[in-house]
Amino acid sequence: MKPTILTSLSILVMLATQTSAQIGQPFIHDPSTIVECDGKYYTFGTGGGGLISEDGWKWHGGAVRPGGGAAPDAMKIGDRYLVAYGATGGSSNHKGAIFTMWNKTLDPNSPDFKYSEPILVATSDGYEECDAIDPGLMLDPTTGKLWMSYGTYFGYSRMVELDPKTGGLAPGAEPVDVAIACEATAPAYHDGWYYLFATHGSCCDGPNSTYNIVVGRSKNVTGPFIDNVGRSMLEGGGKLVAATEGRLIGPGHFGRIIVEPGIEKMSLHYEADLDQGGRSVLAIRPLLWKNGWPVAGENIKAGTYVIQSERRGYALELAVDMVRMPVARWFNRSTDEPIKPVDTQKLEDVIGDWPSGNIDARIGDYMSRPHQKWNITPAPDSSGYLGAPYYKIVIEGTNRALAATADGKVITVPEFTGAPEQLWMIDQLTDGTYRIMPKQVPNSNEKLALISFGDSTPALGKFDVNSDNSKWSFRAP
Amino acid sequence: MPAVAFTVVIALLANADIAFGQPPGGRPRPNLPPIPPKGDTTHTLTRDFVPASNTKSETAPHDNGFIQRWLALEPIRKEIQRNNILTETYIRTAFAENNFSTDFNVVPKNGRKVKVGDQRLQWHALDSKTFIFNLYNFTYAINKPPYGNIFWLVTVINCPEEIPNVRMAAGVNSGGMFWLNGEEALVLSGDRDMVVDNVVSQPLTLKKGKNIVRAAIINGPGMCTFAVRFLDENGSPVKNFTISYE
Repeated sequence: MKPTILTSLSILVMLATQTSAQIGQPFIHDPSTIVECDGKYYTFGTGGGGLISEDGWKWHGGAVRPGGGAAPDAMKIGDRYLVAYGATGGSSNHKGAIFTMWNKTLDPNSPDFKYSEPILVATSDGYEECDAIDPGLMLDPTTGKLWMSYGTYFGYSRMVELDPKTGGLAPGAEPVDVAIACEATAPAYHDGWYYLFATHGSCCDGPNSTYNIVVGRSKNVTGPFIDNVGRSMLEGGGKLVAATEGRLIGPGHFGRIIVEPGIEKMSLHYEADLDQGGRSVLAIRPLLWKNGWPVAGENIKAGTYVIQSERRGYALELAVDMVRMPVARWFNRSTDEPIKPVDTQKLEDVIGDWPSGNIDARIGDYMSRPHQKWNITPAPDSSGYLGAPYYKIVIEGTNRALAATADGKVITVPEFTGAPEQLWMIDQLTDGTYRIMPKQVPNSNEKLALISFGDSTPALGKFDVNSDNSKWSFRAP
Repeated sequence: MPAVAFTVVIALLANADIAFGQPPGGRPRPNLPPIPPKGDTTHTLTRDFVPASNTKSETAPHDNGFIQRWLALEPIRKEIQRNNILTETYIRTAFAENNFSTDFNVVPKNGRKVKVGDQRLQWHALDSKTFIFNLYNFTYAINKPPYGNIFWLVTVINCPEEIPNVRMAAGVNSGGMFWLNGEEALVLSGDRDMVVDNVVSQPLTLKKGKNIVRAAIINGPGMCTFAVRFLDENGSPVKNFTISYE
């Protein structure tokens, strides 16, 4: 909405002096939807340029986008990349223009790297109730048509059809008003509905920015987009998708990434990461769909969990004997007898009986025992994949690590070494459950996931998004 | 990214070597093509409003119950750098210090001028052409500065009979207060977006006959709009009344 110059200055001075590559949470404002090109990931920001990542987790500068301006968006169409950007980023008189341009590659070191001449696709004349900035692109999977939403708090956000062959306006296209009181809109299609994501609240005031991401949906690409209480986005409506969480303040500028069926991510920026000096940072989060509405998911946070199979609800565990707990008389005791808590079984009570070498993994009834509690932490080498670090999974209180084997088994090794078969991708699926995959199966390039074969046998197998055998949940032990 | 922030970005980037992953080298200034005006750019109230004096003395509310007829006082200038300073304390103080009258039941005369501070300001009785009352467009129409303003508005709700248990519901960009028959009904503090039914009052009674609604809207930079209506016990819009400016 309406930032102060002074506070924006202080943030942007920090941004402007940032020179080194970033790991994990790179610094950018108004990032474009993350696009993969030749095995690398790219996002462009306000002012020009952008960020590159080789793995989707470690980011550094170096992406190149001419034209200046603000808040671009990007997508791959066929074998080319289309980049749209607002030339002004919102001028004080609200006169603006949005351009598109093509490139065969986003890699600035490629001999094929060359942007086409910008094509004008939207304007605002400084008098109408619209400011032509903040483009968001969508290729409609049902029609093949290309749509662009744009606009900011000054009046209406609009939707207009582009030509996916030229990147220019589709013949006869006329913009349609689709929302008020928001900016950074982004259209999307899911399961018979068109969704319009938008950012409400104020930006550019660091930890005081009230940015938040909302959504409405419609059966028509040009709306009306209605929220969960029946309020049109032309009335300011919108169902919350992402808000401030913890020390990450003010999410905005949504971008949807469909990784594969059942796995989606959202790119965004937080106006301020309090752990990183209050700078604006890129974030990538799982995108879930619940009851027809998108919800921001969660990467697994470091901690101790029960890893529960969705198949039957049993828990992943070490294949060791369950050690009985002392049994007191559990009924018909005098009510006058003092009540004393019974201690939870401790690791030191049982670990002496465990084999010292490799131990198979198993799935069984959860009984709150040490061999069923897994400590999950980001990999110490900071390696990662799109939007998340690889994870180390060990039995709580030990360094005994979950590992994949060349013959498709899932075992535990007594010491975590950081080998690729001991690192795990944990992707939240669009239904909120998780897929667990080793970074690498030894001597194999096959992508296999942790599967429940029957109710009790964990093993590596092909991931099936439609099967609960392939899905896992994490809950407090 | 809104206008003011972008201005700062451009100013900074002109002197910064690396920002936002920007490669070294010069950065082009915004280069706009010629963009001719697409519509009527004259400073006239009739673009977005219908002067209420040109229409019948009482009008029905908008289809969804929104109150589109208001006596609007020309804006009172107030320096406001950004809207998220609009705490409840701030706006209460600002409205108290910049009030045209402490009689919250007064209905000003259309066309009359009043003095607020050192400014002489005129009342305009207007019907908005949409459910939103756009004060940014109001400032443009009367050729006044669009940003850094306090607006006072008054309207009269005429009820054929008493309507109990209604709630006043409003959305404002960016802050405001509303009164019904001299009693405070709503406070919208913080940097709010114009969202329909964003803030809703406790149950109120619209009395038989005339009910005076007073509104005060405050805005720094950016668009400035509001929409207000009454909702019944079921959350449906109340529409069995007329609106006048006298």
